[in-house]
Amino acid sequence: MPFIEIKNLRYEYYQPGCEDESSPAIKDVSLSIEKGSFVAICGINGSGKSTLAKSINGLLVPTSGKVFVDGMDTADDSNIWDIRSRVAMVFQNPDNQIVSSIVEDDVAFGPENLGIDPAEIRRRVDDALTQVGMYKHRNKGAHMLSGGQKQRIAIAGAVAMRPECIVFDEPTAMLDPKGREKIMKIIRQLNSEGITTILITHFMSEACQADRLIVMKEGQVYSDCTPMEFYSDGELVKGAGLELPPVIELRERIRQHGVDIPSTVTDENTLIEFVEKYR
Amino acid sequence: MIRDITLGQYFPAGSIIHSLDARTKILGTLLFVIELFVVDSFFGFAVLATFLAAIIAASKVPVKFIFRGLTPVFAIILFTFVINLFMSPGRVLWHWWFLTITVEGVRRAFFMAVRLVLLIIGSSMLTLCTKPIQLTDGLEKLLKPFKAIGVPSHEIALMMTIALRFIPTLMEEADKIIKAQQARGADFESGNIFRRGKALIPILIPLFVSSFRIAQELALAMEARCYNGGGGRTRMNEIHFARRDALAGVLMAASLGAAIAIRIL
Amino acid sequence: MAIEVKDLQYTYSPGLPGETKALDGVSFNIDDGSICGIIGHTGSGKSTLLQALDGLIKPSDGEIIIDGISLTDKETSLVDVRKRVGIVFQYPEYQLFEETVAKDVSFGPSNLGLEGDELEAAVRSSIELVGLDYERIKDKSPFELSGGQKRRVAIAGVIAMNPGILILDEPTAGLDPTAHKEILSMVKRIHETRNIIIVFVSHNMGDVADMCDKVLVMNEGRIILDGTPRYVFGQKDVLDEIGLGVTPAAEIVGRIRERIPEIDSDVLSMEEAAASLAEFIKRKRS
Repeated sequence: MPFIEIKNLRYEYYQPGCEDESSPAIKDVSLSIEKGSFVAICGINGSGKSTLAKSINGLLVPTSGKVFVDGMDTADDSNIWDIRSRVAMVFQNPDNQIVSSIVEDDVAFGPENLGIDPAEIRRRVDDALTQVGMYKHRNKGAHMLSGGQKQRIAIAGAVAMRPECIVFDEPTAMLDPKGREKIMKIIRQLNSEGITTILITHFMSEACQADRLIVMKEGQVYSDCTPMEFYSDGELVKGAGLELPPVIELRERIRQHGVDIPSTVTDENTLIEFVEKYR
Repeated sequence: MIRDITLGQYFPAGSIIHSLDARTKILGTLLFVIELFVVDSFFGFAVLATFLAAIIAASKVPVKFIFRGLTPVFAIILFTFVINLFMSPGRVLWHWWFLTITVEGVRRAFFMAVRLVLLIIGSSMLTLCTKPIQLTDGLEKLLKPFKAIGVPSHEIALMMTIALRFIPTLMEEADKIIKAQQARGADFESGNIFRRGKALIPILIPLFVSSFRIAQELALAMEARCYNGGGGRTRMNEIHFARRDALAGVLMAASLGAAIAIRIL
Repeated sequence: MAIEVKDLQYTYSPGLPGETKALDGVSFNIDDGSICGIIGHTGSGKSTLLQALDGLIKPSDGEIIIDGISLTDKETSLVDVRKRVGIVFQYPEYQLFEETVAKDVSFGPSNLGLEGDELEAAVRSSIELVGLDYERIKDKSPFELSGGQKRRVAIAGVIAMNPGILILDEPTAGLDPTAHKEILSMVKRIHETRNIIIVFVSHNMGDVADMCDKVLVMNEGRIILDGTPRYVFGQKDVLDEIGLGVTPAAEIVGRIRERIPEIDSDVLSMEEAAASLAEFIKRKRS
């Protein structure tokens, strides 16, 4: 059985007075996510990707349809804390998810909520801070850290709960390129240690690092395949309102110059091979 | 710059004062404040100031750092001083147009300013030497007996934790908004009080909206981290009374006794 | 209108333990009507420089001359600065506060003394310039708009002040790819319509190369490169050393050139890279 199973999910935000009151954020989504996988979710604003993410750990309960985590129904209130301890979440704004002023106290917040023994919390907090490379900053005030460092604290806070899955909701959107790179490295590391990883992102280069890419459009799954399969199809990418990876854009433009370059050219290596044939 | 404000900050120095139980320090601070109001002579203030100086010395927090925390409240101290200086009736010392300074006024002005400075330094010692989480844990435990009469001790403590956490964030936010509105030609410095009050609207509304957004996002993040009220929670660092706390308690009782004695004598 | 900056210095928290030199001898010129990109890491001094250009902070030393007026001169009134320089900070949508879009956009120009028809015309033209429908949006509350629309309204609020210099600090931060493209074409449109200086801060090298006539590279409070995009992005070694890259197209072509050195090295945009590679392949085929 897959770790996460979504069946005919529909979600409507109740917003009285809003113009598009009737249009649901998610129309009809069914998909399953295997344990240990690394799944990216892309889509422009309003495509429903963030709503989908919040539905996975029961922050949002489906209007209709079902979401199961490890066999547990998110709509069943008695499961909710079990589900959230298994599926942790990291949000976009690093500032607004840190609860305590001091770094290590914040990382301890989740495990404390789970009622874990103090000595075990200490161990988990130290481990989690080491994993994100912030152990030496453990006694600092959160407001003295950079955006990227704060985001690493938020990840440590999730890791300290020892979840099986972490959902990252645009974790790098507010960071600079350096901070972004570091966060991606940590995410890849966590996934290689067996944590099921769901990454919502606007950045094509980040989505390409996943094993599977789900593209959302207008509340529905628009495409579900490997990142390479998706991005090598220029029309598909444009249809989703996303950007082409540089190599694919280059390939399309070379074609416009009248050179028939095959669709098997999808990344730098295949492009170099192709050009090398003409040396 | 906003980062320079030290009021309410924690200064990790690992001294004996730092290692006291948060409850001891909260009660101690409370007692110190009471003593400040019990005492009614400069001699009494001198005793309390010596007591405070001893605590500062023991805390290993740099004096410079403590005084830097006074700068943002300097205006309040000055205001209190001026109000007392000119508004106290008594033997006239100096008079010009509508301004009058009396002997009593001078005394009161100094008296209130000293009291205020000691009050601010004394209470900032509490936050400088106590981690915010221990402070709020201590408060929660102190309030626990009152839970029976409906005091939500856990919620009050959590509110304090979050407030302490978000003060710097909101100050930075305010700084950004002020700069953005200044860039749009907003003028906060001229005009009468009414105009100046009105000039604050372009700052207060975005700040309010931001606070609301932060609160919503934070609530969601806390829920995702399995926050489910105070029940069933544990603490990474449980706070415990130790022998040094008993000793501190005795010292505090003695100081209160001394303060009352000074007043009566 | 032109910008002339001479030997600017700025220190945060002077004399305190947190003392940092944010600007350390910054000098450059920006010509009338050009788009100037500024790149550099967080903490390189970019935002301090932008704030100094709008008179929001006073540099400890040096001079800024805009349109012949010295910003650093004590005699210069801030209103004179605001009439010339408009700055849009990161995430500008968080500064909106009025009941309606039209009122919010009016805030800047009315602070500069604009009234009546003149004010309305300024508001209307700037809302239209950012690509929004004036009649449809003017009476809406800015808080019920979408994220992208809010950002446009905030930008309109600065454009309505009719500045000769428009500073945009990462105007596309946090946007999805579609909204990102729309904002860039809006910036181009503003530049073409108003023919003003635009100072554009971005972390996206492709955008900077594509949009700008001139690029300044900042590192540790200094300007380490200053020139056309072609010159600046030609200095790959310098950029690599401080951890900034070149454009994606130059990156790929650089990688191909490691194997096939005869390919043109002087490419900046995707289109140039495509033309150069296509030309190479065609030449070899025949």
